[in-house]
Amino acid sequence: MNRITHSPHAHASVSIGTVMGTVLLALTPATLFGFWLYGWPAVNLWAVSLIAAIVGEAFVVRLQDRAVRPVLMDGSGILTAWLLAISLPPFAPWWIAVLGSLFAVVIGKQVFGGLGQNVFNPAMAARVMLLISFPLEMTTWVAPAPLGSAQAPSWMESLRITFLSQPIDGMASASLLGHVKTEFTRGVGLDQALVGYYEPMDMLWGSRAGSLGETAAVLLLIGGLFLIVRRIITWHAPFAMLLGVVVPALLFNAIDGNHYAGPMYHLLSGGLMLGAFFIVTDPVTSPNTALGQFIFGFGCGVLTWIIRTWGGYPEGVAFAVMIMNTVAPIIDQYVKPRIYGRDRKGVALPVKKEA
Amino acid sequence: MKLFDLRGGVHPEGKKDLSADRPIRALPLPKRLYISLQQHIGAPASPVVSVGERVLKGQLIAAAQGAVSAPIHAPTSGIIAALGDHVAPHPSGLQVPAITLESDGEDKWIATQAVDDPFALTPEDIAARVGAAGIVGLGGATFPAALKLNLSRNSGVQTLIMNGGECEPYLTCDDHIMRERAGEIIEGIRLIAYAVSAKEVLVGIEDNKPEAIAAMQAAAKESAVKIVVMPSMYPMGSEKQIIQVLTGKEIPAGGRPADIGVLVHNVATAFAVQQAIRYGKPLISRIATVSGGAIKQPCNLEVLVGTPVEELIAYTGGYTQPAARLVLGGPMMGQQFTHTDVPVVKGTSGVLALTSKEIGQAEPSPCIRCSTCVRACPVGLLPLEMASRIRASDLASAVAFGLKDCIACGSCSYVCPANIPLVHYFNYAKGDLAAQERAKLKQEATKKLADARNERMARIERERAEAMAKRKAAKEARERAAAAAKAATEVV
Repeated sequence: MNRITHSPHAHASVSIGTVMGTVLLALTPATLFGFWLYGWPAVNLWAVSLIAAIVGEAFVVRLQDRAVRPVLMDGSGILTAWLLAISLPPFAPWWIAVLGSLFAVVIGKQVFGGLGQNVFNPAMAARVMLLISFPLEMTTWVAPAPLGSAQAPSWMESLRITFLSQPIDGMASASLLGHVKTEFTRGVGLDQALVGYYEPMDMLWGSRAGSLGETAAVLLLIGGLFLIVRRIITWHAPFAMLLGVVVPALLFNAIDGNHYAGPMYHLLSGGLMLGAFFIVTDPVTSPNTALGQFIFGFGCGVLTWIIRTWGGYPEGVAFAVMIMNTVAPIIDQYVKPRIYGRDRKGVALPVKKEA
Repeated sequence: MKLFDLRGGVHPEGKKDLSADRPIRALPLPKRLYISLQQHIGAPASPVVSVGERVLKGQLIAAAQGAVSAPIHAPTSGIIAALGDHVAPHPSGLQVPAITLESDGEDKWIATQAVDDPFALTPEDIAARVGAAGIVGLGGATFPAALKLNLSRNSGVQTLIMNGGECEPYLTCDDHIMRERAGEIIEGIRLIAYAVSAKEVLVGIEDNKPEAIAAMQAAAKESAVKIVVMPSMYPMGSEKQIIQVLTGKEIPAGGRPADIGVLVHNVATAFAVQQAIRYGKPLISRIATVSGGAIKQPCNLEVLVGTPVEELIAYTGGYTQPAARLVLGGPMMGQQFTHTDVPVVKGTSGVLALTSKEIGQAEPSPCIRCSTCVRACPVGLLPLEMASRIRASDLASAVAFGLKDCIACGSCSYVCPANIPLVHYFNYAKGDLAAQERAKLKQEATKKLADARNERMARIERERAEAMAKRKAAKEARERAAAAAKAATEVV
């Protein structure tokens, strides 16, 4: 290695692979919980998503005559597929996972130029595509049937659920956000809509109908804090996103408590925790600076709340993130750190004599 | 004392324990010395000796040239063997003018002029003596020290900061000079403070050097010199950053420390100043750390300027394994070199032989915009944005992002998970911009010359035409006069 190069002649022991690996590690508890909660169909769906992403990405990278190994080894495609998988309904059919994963890594990422070049968060772009194209499959939720319990589908049944799209009787359920939205259309207020659906402790642990790995708020929170401690992410975007939901929720809940749910309801439902710690912290599609990330996260939070409250869809995290993705470059344009020896506008500081 | 925050910064592995408990030893006299004429910022020195001439240790062998320059003295006694080129301590490995000195082994000093009470000298005299001793900034910048003294004396100094940060990993030369020669350093500091009438004197030392802090505190007890313990962080020892941490002030962009009433010198420079003023000894040697994973016995050596680095490496017992990279200075800002016969210069703080594990270099992968570099930058730049513009050859945009404010500390490259050689990009761009600037100046000069020539030619043409017209008119007048005269005679 006699290549002449500039300093530094030392490097911190980090690589893209270790960054992605740490994020995957942080996702593992919530994912394993999802596997346990929804059983074998969830495992199938997760595996199909990952395989589709790996095969799909390898294929398009080959098409571009680029080396496949380094692209797959950086782990970013796996992370994207993993994030998508845990945001899907656990009993969704296999082709939902395949379509979503392929869309995420091919259209969402490689078409833009590969790692680091995409404008939109690939997992969220795929989720939005699926939600718009296949609303039925994407909103068919099931009540928890933990592995080992009587209602849990056997492994053979799970294959039929995932690969033959055979519905299982008596397991269909509604997500909290979906249920409340439906009740509102019937003119039922929160005081009745929440009965039997909203148990904060269950919500916290995740024992409810919802996406594969989005329900366990506490486990996602722990994973997120782990990433902050490991300095993979900073607190700015996640905290701001939660704040962006809590502030309007508090405000409107105080105005009309029967129509606008309180902050806990919002914090613990849907994909907010996953979004706050694993989606808005996506480095590629978020701003560069701490303040920029705060603004970005806050925007995601407020938009999520707006879409949940007044939008046509019960959940808004994916839409909010995509909208804010388009704003990220604008935030970067205007929010820059102050340079040493210059004021905020970039003008050199005045020379002052104190002699 | 209240310290101010350093923005960004990184915590590279110190690796100072390799050489930290090794007292300074003098390297045995080398046979041949290659003394580069360019050991400082500014114009190269001009030789005042000729081949075959016998010189004594400390004798002037090359004089300063121009306003920014420094003289060079013979590091030992011997015979001038050659005035020619020798390989430069630079990654290019190109040749630069140097004086080759064949040592006679006697190491005989020239008569030096000691001063019993240096504080009886005038500040101007101190600066002049510092200049004549060839002292340059020993922290690595190698700016002629006397110039800084004069500049600061003229503009007034509120705070004199002595830099004992030594934030570069591996290096322990400043650590050891402070441990072992604290008394001399403190006297040197007081001389500098006196020379610029500094109102306040702060010595900043990182907290990973407790022995040096204790030694300096003991030596400074009776004086107004204040020892300040700073947290260990890179780049604490950078001029801009140490000013910021100790005073909370920032040097205005494009300015100098003198603009805010601050003067910064390295502690090793203070030692050199003391030696020059009290004993009349010019700067002919320095302390350098020899270290790295491939070095058998890392240590701190007092070496003569001009000693080939292979002698340093051989003295420490050689390599334990082939070095993946050789570096002059610290690993964060030092320069790679390939020929081990490069000489030690005044700014050589370390000679490192690093293993590939220590370098940790890997193939760069795409930028994921994680902005770890933004958090690491002590200046407040966006390294990722600058690098992407430079990749696209859009240097103007990179400048708009603050390229010219970059101090090349390497913090961004160090932390980049994608292993992107960011500093490499920035230095390339700075070099390209400088070349463009020079080309532009040259073009302007050429245009000016061409314009002047055109004007001159036009003037000559015009003058010739005028002269011709004049001659023609005169001729016609003559002819008319002749004709008139002829007519007159005919009439007559």
